[in-house]
Amino acid sequence: MMEAKEIIARRIAKELHDGDVINLGIGLPTMVADFVPSNISVYFQSENGMINLGPTPVEGSEDYDLTNAGGNPVTILKGGAFFDSAMSFSIIRGHHVDLTVLGSLQVDELGNIANWIVPGKLVPGMGGAMDLLVGAKKVFVAMTHTNKGLPKILKRCTLPLTAVGEVDWIFTELAVIQVTKEGLVLKEYHESTTIDEVCKLTEANLIIDPMCKVMEL
Amino acid sequence: MNKMIDDKQFQALLLDGMKIHVGGFMGVGTPEPLMDLIVESKVKDLTIICNDAGYPDVGVGKLIKNNQVKHLIASHIGLNPVAGKLMMEGSMQVTLVPQGTLVEQIRAYGSGLGGVLTKTGLGTIVEDGKDKIIVDGQTYILEKPLGADMALIRGSFVDPFGNVIYRATTRNFNPIMATAAKTVVVWAEKIVDELDKEKIMTPHIFVDYILRG
Repeated sequence: MMEAKEIIARRIAKELHDGDVINLGIGLPTMVADFVPSNISVYFQSENGMINLGPTPVEGSEDYDLTNAGGNPVTILKGGAFFDSAMSFSIIRGHHVDLTVLGSLQVDELGNIANWIVPGKLVPGMGGAMDLLVGAKKVFVAMTHTNKGLPKILKRCTLPLTAVGEVDWIFTELAVIQVTKEGLVLKEYHESTTIDEVCKLTEANLIIDPMCKVMEL
Repeated sequence: MNKMIDDKQFQALLLDGMKIHVGGFMGVGTPEPLMDLIVESKVKDLTIICNDAGYPDVGVGKLIKNNQVKHLIASHIGLNPVAGKLMMEGSMQVTLVPQGTLVEQIRAYGSGLGGVLTKTGLGTIVEDGKDKIIVDGQTYILEKPLGADMALIRGSFVDPFGNVIYRATTRNFNPIMATAAKTVVVWAEKIVDELDKEKIMTPHIFVDYILRG
C-alpha cells in the first residue's frame, strides 16, 4: 500500500491548474511538487525570495546562495526570478498566490487552523504561515488524519490558532474534506477505509456529500 | 569618503545592549564573518532582529549559543534547538513575529512610515495588546515600525561607494534592513570597481561601512 504522505501528495497534485502560483509548506506539502501532472505548468513560489522554484540540484552542483525556505539548495527554472522578502510577502499577502498547501497539527469545523505552537512543548514559530493563510486565494491543509490515533480534525482547535476561518480543503490519507459555511463536507474517502471509519477518526461533525466517492489517485 | 574598515574597526563599533538587524534566511545571506567577529568581541545583552534563529552554528545561532542575545525578534526558531532551550529556560526573550509582518515593520521604519496595517495574525495571539484599525470596513492590526542601532548585511558584489548586489536567494531581508538602522555595515563577498547601475539593489547612501571578504 502507498504511504500516507504519498496518497496525500498525489491527490492534491490532481487539483492543480495550468498557470497556478503555488507556495508549498515545508515537509509533506513539498512532496506535491513530485506529482504535478505533465500536461500543466505551475509556478512554485518560495517565501525566501523566488518564483519558479525547481528541483533539488544533482550532487556536486549545489549553489549555496540558492536555497528554499528550509535553507536547502534548490534550482530555479527558466522564467524564474529572485526578489527580497518585502516583495515576497507582497506576493503572499497581496493575494497573488493561487494556492498554498500547509501541514497542520489541528483544523476545525470553522476552517480554523493551529500549526505553529504547542505551548510549553514546541515553539517553532509561525514563519510565513500566518501571512500565507490570510493571503493565498486558496488554502489546502495536507496532514495525516490522526496523530497516533487521536483526531486532528476537531470541532474547535485547542492549540493557539495560526489563522481564523482560512482553510478551504483538508486532504488526509483517508479523506478529502471541504470546509463550507454549513460545516465540513466529506467529499471522498480512501479505498482502504469506509465513511463510518472516517467519521470515527474525526472529532468534528462530517456532512456526507451525497456524491461522496472513493478517492482517485 | 572611505567606507572600508577592518575587523578591529568593526568590533570597535559594537556596544553592549545594542539592537542589531541581521540579514539572512536560515543563514543564507547572513554575513557569517561578522557573526564570528561579534562572538570574538564578547559584547552582550544584544537585541537581535533576524528572520530566524539559524542553526546553533550558523548565522545568529552563533550569538545565541554564546549567550550574547538577550532578546531575539524572529519569525521562526524551529531549526535551532539551542534557541528553543534558552527560550524555555527564560534566559533569552523571544518575540515571534509573522515573517511578512516582520519585514514590513522594518521597511516601515526605513521608509519613515508610522507602521503598517495587516490582516496577518487577526484572531490569534499575535494581535494581543495591539491596536486594531478599521479601513473601509476591513479590520487590520497596526504593526509598528522596527528600527535598530545597526544593520549587518551581506553583499555578493559591492563597489567602493557601497552599492550592493545580492545573488540568488541571499537577498531576502538584506536590502530592507539596510534602510532601517543608524549604522549599516555590509560584508562584501566580492569588491568590484564598478557595478551595473541597472542591477544595483541597495544604493550606496544606505551603507556606512564595508568589510572586505
